Amino acid sequence: MTQDTRPTVKLSRRTLLQGSAAVAGVAAGSGAVTGFPAVWSAEPKVLRYLGTAVNQSADIAKKVKEDTGITLEYVAVTTDDVTKRVITQPNSYDIVDTEYFALKKLVPAGNLKAMNGRKIKEYGNITPVITKCELGDGTKIGDQGTAPKKVMFVDGEHSTKFSSGMTEWATLIPTVYNADTLGIRPDLIKTKVDSWAQLLNPEFKGKAAILNIPSIGIMDAAMVVEATGQYKYPDKGNMTKPEIDMTMKVLTEAKKNGQFRAFWKDFNESVNLMASGETVIQSMWSPAVTAVKSKGIPCVFQPLKEGYRSWASGFAVSKGVSGMKEDVAYEFVNWFLSGWAGAYLNRQGYYSAVLPTAKAAMEPYEWAYWMEGKPAEKDIHAPDGTLLDHAGNVRDGGSFDARMGKVACWNAIMDENDYMVRKWNEFIAA
Amino acid sequence: MTNLAQPSDAGTAAASTALAATDAATAPRAARPRGRYGWAPPAWLQALPMALVFALFFVLPLALVAVVSLLDYNDYEIVPAFTLRSYSETFEGCYDQLPGLCTILKTYWTTVELCFAVWAITLVVGFTISYFLAFHVRTLTMQTVLALVCTIPFWTSNVIRMISWIPLLGRNGLVNQALMGSGVVDAPVEWLLYSRFSVVLAFVHLFTFFMVIPIFNSMVRIDKRLIEAAYDAGASGWQTLWNVVIPLCKPGIVIGSIFVVTIVMGDFVTVGVMGGEQIASAGKIIETRLNALQFPPAAANAVILLAATLLIITALTKVVDIRKEL
Repeated sequence: MTQDTRPTVKLSRRTLLQGSAAVAGVAAGSGAVTGFPAVWSAEPKVLRYLGTAVNQSADIAKKVKEDTGITLEYVAVTTDDVTKRVITQPNSYDIVDTEYFALKKLVPAGNLKAMNGRKIKEYGNITPVITKCELGDGTKIGDQGTAPKKVMFVDGEHSTKFSSGMTEWATLIPTVYNADTLGIRPDLIKTKVDSWAQLLNPEFKGKAAILNIPSIGIMDAAMVVEATGQYKYPDKGNMTKPEIDMTMKVLTEAKKNGQFRAFWKDFNESVNLMASGETVIQSMWSPAVTAVKSKGIPCVFQPLKEGYRSWASGFAVSKGVSGMKEDVAYEFVNWFLSGWAGAYLNRQGYYSAVLPTAKAAMEPYEWAYWMEGKPAEKDIHAPDGTLLDHAGNVRDGGSFDARMGKVACWNAIMDENDYMVRKWNEFIAA
Repeated sequence: MTNLAQPSDAGTAAASTALAATDAATAPRAARPRGRYGWAPPAWLQALPMALVFALFFVLPLALVAVVSLLDYNDYEIVPAFTLRSYSETFEGCYDQLPGLCTILKTYWTTVELCFAVWAITLVVGFTISYFLAFHVRTLTMQTVLALVCTIPFWTSNVIRMISWIPLLGRNGLVNQALMGSGVVDAPVEWLLYSRFSVVLAFVHLFTFFMVIPIFNSMVRIDKRLIEAAYDAGASGWQTLWNVVIPLCKPGIVIGSIFVVTIVMGDFVTVGVMGGEQIASAGKIIETRLNALQFPPAAANAVILLAATLLIITALTKVVDIRKEL
């Protein structure tokens, strides 16, 4: 599944020099020698980009090539495999696009270099949602779980400990984030869905699904537990052992009663489950809802009164990257924050890290629809041209502040992760 | 899906070691032939390349897995300190919860159940197909052609063959549409997909061929005169089948069984995709642990799986002495 990562760059410099020197004696003045001073600049700018397929769009690769000449070689793997790769094969990629919750594993492992904020042009404009867990107007938002602000900063380039306040060294430069909730098929559901409790409503027996990623699946379950009033967690993203036991018990009962149709792990699986009607209510990602809709099948990313489970991801550079390659990596990250990519992400229902640049790259009516929650002045199209919404409609969940302001928790790795994974296996076996 | 084939590969490799061992042992210890110059290289040189490949790609990695299973770990790295933690935590509660089953025993029970169902079905189906090929198809050409026809599904990838069942068996799939359209059922049949049924179905579809080939191979080698003799002695068709054909097919049956059992024991992709990730399997435990970067417990579970598979194979080879029969 990985793409070709031939070491084209490494070969060209020295072997070309040696080769041309040898040739020069025989054929002085030929093309081999005239090319010589230009070798550095002629080196192709290539970045091996490790991440999940959902973030690796061909449009972005095309645009970045046009604007900067950088060729992105996508290495697409699953969420778990991104973490595994970073830790076990740090030389197999240059730049990684990963989620903040993975940092609790990645940063202590020391395979990433922190990003130097002074080399990031828009560093100061990164949204406070990520850096401080608050909205633009200073309103605090939920910070249960691995909220980005807890793991975003370190003290130095090779530091393996998180720093509590903002520093100029960032573990990840944020690219995209969103508030996740349940996706539903309004055409197949008669009941009003406005609470996480509905995920385990017996009415949807055999038609519900959750993620097959234990750390995320258990948080969805925790949202249900709180919604049904069974328990209030001090921190859903960092449960104690008894809390894990209790949450797993709720999930196990639901599983035994046949509540779940399937667990999904891959973006496409979630789309297929929903589009085929195998499930009518499930934990979902925003672009998956868009993908179902673009097949002409009604699907809603339903806002729920208990709030959202949020996540954020960003870029980091492998510790093996230095010199010119590192410059290319920074050039790419700076390009990513400069507007076009942000607008592209916003148009998919995601949010971009630097809002002002994205705003400049969007049409005012698009900004009003996606970010301000206003009724669409014109039809709303996805970046690929698919019709997403008709004029006059509003997006699910409303404005940026309304959605991000209702974040209840962030995707997390718990301190009791090992215990939780064992309990997850027990749950699957039950 | 990058780790797709590891556990099942290990299982298959174990099976082939067993086979290789029997092969080597059957080689007659004939006097060493003299070459033209009165000297011949020792015979074991012939086995050397295979032995090296095995040592490098099977024995060494397996030893590493065993070593890792005894190390400690934290959230992000393997700590080089000896501990039995991975094993003790894997078997956690197995004694306390009696007579209830602990996670690992429950998981293995499910895996063995699936394995048995798949084995029984592939055996019957595989045997029937082989019987048809060996005894009802007269010409060798036709036998070859039909045997090749059996391989056609293998022209596409495992995963694709498996996934193609989903639109067929789903709630709004073809089968349900046909059933409802013909008025057989009122509501869609739910257990067709994401159930044990669909897992077994996919396994049978994927692996019957591994049963067909060894059994067919045994069958074509049965001396037809034995069957005639049975007929002349007044045996009925069933008696001939039971007393002549099946005993002579035993090696093929055992080899086919070893293939099917090792693959099913180690599989987690088929169980995952067709079971909606809700059915436990030994391979899935390993996958979940690997994904959480907990390599030592994953390794411990791999060692346990290997031990369980070897036990089953040993039992199978006790039933039939392949060495003698080949």
